Amino acid sequence: MAGEEPKNVFDAEAASSLARELRGTFLSGKTRSYEWRVSQLKALLKLVDDNEQEIVDALRSDLSKPPMESVVCEIGLLKNSCKVSLRELKHWMKPEKVKTSITTFPSSAEIVPEPLGVALVISAWNYPILLSLDPVVGAIAAGNAVVLKPSEISPATSSLLAKLLGKYMDNSCVRVVEGAADETTALLQQKWDKIFYTGNARIGRTVMTAAAKHLTPVVLELGGKSPAVVDSNINIKVASRRIIAGKWGCNNGQACISPDYIITTKDYAPKLVDALKTELETFYGKNPLESKDLSRIVNSNHFGRLTKLLDEDKVSGKIVYGGERDESKLMIAPTILLDVPRNSLIMNEEIFGPLLPIITVDKLEESFDVINSGTKPLAAYLFTNNKKLKEQFAKGISAGGLVVNDTTLHLAVHTLPFGGVGESGIGAYHGKFSFDAFTHKKAVLYRSFHGDAAVRYPPYSYMKLRLMKALIGGSINGIIRALFG
Amino acid sequence: MDFLREIQELRQFFRSGRTRSVAWRKKQVKALLQLIHDNEQAIFEALRQDLGKHPVEAYRDEIGVVEKSANNSLNHVEKWMAPRKSHVPFLFFPAKGEVISEPLGVVLIFSSWNFPISLALDPLIGAISAGNAVVLKPSEQAPACSSLLAKTIPHYLDPDAIKVIEGGADVSEQLLLQRWDKIFFTGSSRVASIVMTAAAKTLTPVTLELGGKCPAILDSLSSPSELKTAVKRIVGGKWGPCSGQACIAVDYVLVEEKFAPVLIELLKKFIRRFYGDNPKESKVTARIVNKQHFQRLCNLLKDPLVVNSIVHGGSVDEEELFIEPTILLDPPLDAQIMTEEIFGPFLPVITVNQIQESIEFINSRPKPLTLYAFTKDETFKRKIVSETSSGSVSFNDTLVHFLCETLPFGGVGQSGFGRYHGKYSFDTFSHEKAILHRKLFLEIEPRYPPWNQLKMQFLRLAYRLNYFGILLFLMGFRRRN
Repeated sequence: MAGEEPKNVFDAEAASSLARELRGTFLSGKTRSYEWRVSQLKALLKLVDDNEQEIVDALRSDLSKPPMESVVCEIGLLKNSCKVSLRELKHWMKPEKVKTSITTFPSSAEIVPEPLGVALVISAWNYPILLSLDPVVGAIAAGNAVVLKPSEISPATSSLLAKLLGKYMDNSCVRVVEGAADETTALLQQKWDKIFYTGNARIGRTVMTAAAKHLTPVVLELGGKSPAVVDSNINIKVASRRIIAGKWGCNNGQACISPDYIITTKDYAPKLVDALKTELETFYGKNPLESKDLSRIVNSNHFGRLTKLLDEDKVSGKIVYGGERDESKLMIAPTILLDVPRNSLIMNEEIFGPLLPIITVDKLEESFDVINSGTKPLAAYLFTNNKKLKEQFAKGISAGGLVVNDTTLHLAVHTLPFGGVGESGIGAYHGKFSFDAFTHKKAVLYRSFHGDAAVRYPPYSYMKLRLMKALIGGSINGIIRALFG
Repeated sequence: MDFLREIQELRQFFRSGRTRSVAWRKKQVKALLQLIHDNEQAIFEALRQDLGKHPVEAYRDEIGVVEKSANNSLNHVEKWMAPRKSHVPFLFFPAKGEVISEPLGVVLIFSSWNFPISLALDPLIGAISAGNAVVLKPSEQAPACSSLLAKTIPHYLDPDAIKVIEGGADVSEQLLLQRWDKIFFTGSSRVASIVMTAAAKTLTPVTLELGGKCPAILDSLSSPSELKTAVKRIVGGKWGPCSGQACIAVDYVLVEEKFAPVLIELLKKFIRRFYGDNPKESKVTARIVNKQHFQRLCNLLKDPLVVNSIVHGGSVDEEELFIEPTILLDPPLDAQIMTEEIFGPFLPVITVNQIQESIEFINSRPKPLTLYAFTKDETFKRKIVSETSSGSVSFNDTLVHFLCETLPFGGVGQSGFGRYHGKYSFDTFSHEKAILHRKLFLEIEPRYPPWNQLKMQFLRLAYRLNYFGILLFLMGFRRRN
């Protein structure tokens, strides 16, 4: 309308111009040098160090995240990621020499890591600092330019990231685009050299479909129902504490690798429930809704989703602990349910909240069938002292990653690839896997002008055929036989 | 025809766990070797029928490749299957980390028509070695080979785990409606996009082995014998593999203007030496696969400016689907022949003032599957590697990098993503599952709420892996919370 101020909308044109600009910078070669990458990783480290309080405050605003969780699970892990990259980068960037065989003799070969170009990182709302910056660390370490699109569902953090990255990082190569579905759509219409997405399966499909138009490779870090199988004859106190830490200690269950539900034997269930209750009270007191050590539910949408799971007819009667909620504070207390029906809503979607159903079976071996009847989860946990059970678990359960006798910790071990399989995702990262996720490993073969086997060229003859067979087979005897008849 | 039943059967068989043992995997690969051995003549005949390939070419590019790949897999599969230990930082003590490769499940392989045996069976070897059940969909544009595979594979390989499904686009579409644990596609970018879009609906990971315009940079070579070898290899790398209908065939050559005449003379010389004065009669080069591609290629020559740039060859025979080895000198850069992958027996020679300009020329175009460069200048080699991007680079030779089992083979950008050959084939059909083992004693109390400053302090130290600091801290930390 005439007279109105034009809005600063990030539309397809803005996205296209951004992609073009970053591609231009990338093609100038700026991001490829070791020095540039180190400077950016150091800048990221400084960004986090200088602004720890602001980050903690933003997380408290978006999620009521306890400062301890913010420092340990977000800031601490991110700093570690930067440090590991800084320490190992030279090594990661080096070409890898590989052996060649007699088939290509004389020759030498190597695999040269090169950046893909311009990467798009779309992150999630539950660990908005870590899940935004950890992939960015990988993209930068690998020498790419990168656009970050933080989640609008954690707006304080999104805006903080835009401010701080703008201030600390090289803006010609690292940019933040804030916004929601429209802005994300505009970004996804562009051609990127890699798209790294953390979130849910539904959007994951949208991202991959958009990527398919440009044949862009993707990493999809999704979720699923990560089960925890609990055997008897274990240190139940330690196991319970670890389950609680992985569930309610991680953003009040709103984490992709939180134990979603538990499977244990009918006999053992009462003991487990008791242990969980005791430890929950130690951790969060008698009035968990008042505890300062629990994140709130992120927004009323998710609050509604979770209460719906709890209030389903066949489920509401199965609560054995908790169930309290406070809509004004968007708080749901740690809740345990026992023996909910398998066809209930709560057992058919990823919970992503502070509700922990316990499913019971007669024999613990049956738990494997329960898990395998669903889609492959991002993580699976087993608490046991039984060596055979551990082996069966390792072999028989397909999940992104497995942990025995603990929960969620594998996320912090940078030497382990972190990613999903099947519906829980595609690709992996952390440590060197982050570098690899944003790298093209280029094969380079060096040949000399000597050693040209006439055998390769026409006119063809039977003799050439025999010699060729021997050469390709790589057998020296075969070659001698073919040459000398 | 929705293949649901077949796929369910495969899935059930996979679930039974029988594809996981080393014994099963090796048995299948050995059976594949036996298949090739027993049916070598039939394979030669099918390739002759579909593409007019000479037996030596058929062996070199198809049978030999499969045999090599199978033997490599048999020799290494146990090693590839072994869990790999990961170092876990002391902070997590007591802990053990490892990565296990596990099969993805039921995988779908689409192969292409130009190497209808090797591009079907090589990925198949990878999928089987990794312990998967497989559906193989050979290209209908090489019908004799497709039919041969469909007929023989059920007799040699375990029919409960490996199925061949023949057909055209409609069959492919149906297959793509199902959920797979992996799709491995070799073919064109256009179809790749369709495959990936379908895969996105079910979050199926894909490997796309595509193509592009693979350039060959020819630097000045002072030694005449080296120049001859270079040109010989270019000729072999162009018309040798399926008459240029290969993803790694030399698409066009870049050379300094002043060397173009010498290059063209040598090209002509080697074409004559390899293919005789009458290439159509010598039947050494493969023919064009079908009328549709024949038409496509002829259309490339319709542009009068393009025709005018022909310096050798150009004759075609529609009935025999034969196009003779053809050289063009500086066709217009905006003509189709220079904007699309040729995939045929036309070799444009593009001249530049200085050979260094080739780098910019290549960079202003989509990333190719392979870049070839003939040069002795070490600085130029380094520049090419660091300033261009391609699936792979091969110096001073063509095609042979395909045979190097230790090198990953795959594209980047428009030439695809993912890779295979050797261990990379095994990896491409595997899920690398991380496992962390912990023990139920030795608790770190500060892990748990209620939170306080002391716990915060401890965790800060822990995160810095400041073990000494932790020790001091613990010594002063008397009271447990």
